[in-house]
Amino acid sequence: MLAGLAGGTVALLAFVGVIVVIVFYVIAVYNGLVAGRVEIDNAWAQIDVQLKRRHDLIPNLVETVKGYAGHEKETLEKVIAARNMAMNAQGPAAQAQAENMLSGTLKSLFAVAEAYPNLKANENFMALQEELTSTENKITFARQFYNDRAMVYNTKIQQFPPNIIAGMFGFTKRDFFEVKDEAERAVPQVKF
Amino acid sequence: MWEQIRANKRRSAVLITLMSVLLLLAGFAMGEAARPGGGIVGVIVALVILLVQMMTYYFAAESLFLTGMNAREAAREDCPRLFNIVEEMKIAAGLEFMPRIYIIEDPSPNAFAMGRDPKHSAVAVTTGLLYRLTRDELQGVIAHEIAHLKNRDTSFMTLAGVVLGSIIILSDVALRMFYYGGRGSSRSSSRGNDQGQIIVLVLSIVLIVVAPILAQLLYFACSRKREYLADACGASYTRYPEGLASALEKIANAGIGLKVSKAVAPMFIINPLRAAADMDKSSMFSTHPATAERVRILRNMHGAGLGDYDAAYRAAMGKGIIGSESLGAAPTEGIRAASGEGPIESKREARATGTRLNGYIPIPCECGMTTNIPQLYEGDTANCVRCGRKLAIPSATERYAEVAGQMQAAQAAQMADALPALDYTRTGRGWESFRCGCGNTVQLSPSFSAPHIDCPKCHRQINVHGAGQAA
Repeated sequence: MLAGLAGGTVALLAFVGVIVVIVFYVIAVYNGLVAGRVEIDNAWAQIDVQLKRRHDLIPNLVETVKGYAGHEKETLEKVIAARNMAMNAQGPAAQAQAENMLSGTLKSLFAVAEAYPNLKANENFMALQEELTSTENKITFARQFYNDRAMVYNTKIQQFPPNIIAGMFGFTKRDFFEVKDEAERAVPQVKF
Repeated sequence: MWEQIRANKRRSAVLITLMSVLLLLAGFAMGEAARPGGGIVGVIVALVILLVQMMTYYFAAESLFLTGMNAREAAREDCPRLFNIVEEMKIAAGLEFMPRIYIIEDPSPNAFAMGRDPKHSAVAVTTGLLYRLTRDELQGVIAHEIAHLKNRDTSFMTLAGVVLGSIIILSDVALRMFYYGGRGSSRSSSRGNDQGQIIVLVLSIVLIVVAPILAQLLYFACSRKREYLADACGASYTRYPEGLASALEKIANAGIGLKVSKAVAPMFIINPLRAAADMDKSSMFSTHPATAERVRILRNMHGAGLGDYDAAYRAAMGKGIIGSESLGAAPTEGIRAASGEGPIESKREARATGTRLNGYIPIPCECGMTTNIPQLYEGDTANCVRCGRKLAIPSATERYAEVAGQMQAAQAAQMADALPALDYTRTGRGWESFRCGCGNTVQLSPSFSAPHIDCPKCHRQINVHGAGQAA
């Protein structure tokens, strides 16, 4: 009887032990997924911050360029139009495309600026050019970081067994922030 | 990378535990050697030394290091491009905090990162680095330093350095103690088992002599590995391994060493005291891997991801460097194109920045020479070093007023510059409208008679000709 009791207790303890281990595993995986999701959200917010910064810098740039190269109206208007489009774009795909357009128009604006030595020597313009180039880089790096983390996260929630836990608590795959080739091609070409 | 940080944490914990055990053993040996059964006192002495070192490290390490190296904290205005590069890499690495930025005025190119946690992190570069490297190269160096911060190398290596320092101090104290007669008293107190005594004594001395060397080897081995890892992460942040590779070459071949103490040398991207020695091959006592090897691995990468670095490392060394846990999660990425930009500052600009940060006041003379005068001589006069003219050294308030005035003047000039006045000639006497240069439509009423009008949108002046004739 004693042995039977002991056996039962052992079995019970083993069962409880297994349950406890499983519960701890689920908690650990769940916390890992939450941490991953928070990190991705932060990465996405970082892209947004940089895009906004670029939108804020453009009016200044346009004003400065206008003072020296006011008759490059077409280029300037394209930049402004692209900026407005990017600010009003809805959804990640449309936004990505609009932002790419904006990058292209800015590139052509800086190409136009090459023809104006006074403008190029203007300190305000140089500072703005550096800020915009760097903001452009920051957008690229923020996007790169976001995509890296999204890939790690997507892989994780598809693997077994985390995929069960991800399914239970509604962790879904994240889209990548892609640069579309068509958008690049839509950039207006500037000729001198 | 979370996976990378976790693996590093584990390794660091092992390293620090090993070194601590070594420290306590050395303490025990010292105590035993001094007096049989005195081992526990030795352990306590070792712990006290460690505690004092830790406290110094925790409260003052950063400021002590930075002051010792004449590093001056820079603000964004001092070097906006450097700030941008650091911020770019901070974003690429997903670092939580922006590190503080320090500039060391020295023609020798080098850089280091430090900080016990992300909040207290700092990146320091020499002025030589700013004007010798192109933007891509500088980005590579900064990426390497940010990788040290992201991988928590700075905090763990500094902690390991603290334990190492304790061992060195302890062994120093012990050896001096033997030398100056601590041994004599211990021998007179116990004559019973001389032979056992001598064995213990010899073993203790061996341990005390060997412990610091062993700890150093351990520390250096770990340091070398972390340099490779930081190279790998740096390349993956920039997506441009060539930038870091050519920067390493330039730094190693610069030929002028930075004057730093032995204790801080391992923190730099290339050990400033061993730049030449470490070029082709590294020894057991090298804090960094051979520079040529680092460059070769970076140049052999076929992509910019961690996996590509691992493959290149495997080809060179025969084994991998990055844990499979991190590799599995690492995306493979292509290498981006070079930006083609030159150095972010000219030699003159970089030196002027360094001089200014070191508290010198630049005083321009009519002859074109600028003399830098220490702040100490504010309100005094000095002679121009070229033409001997007497120069007045303005005080801080005067300088502030001058700078503020300059900024205002520049702003006003810019406004006038950017928005030149326009001219408009009236065509008739009725209502008229025309477009301003900013695209805004301006209206003139039949009774308008002033010589000019301000555009309501861009506020520029528009001279109206033919006005007033209406009356």
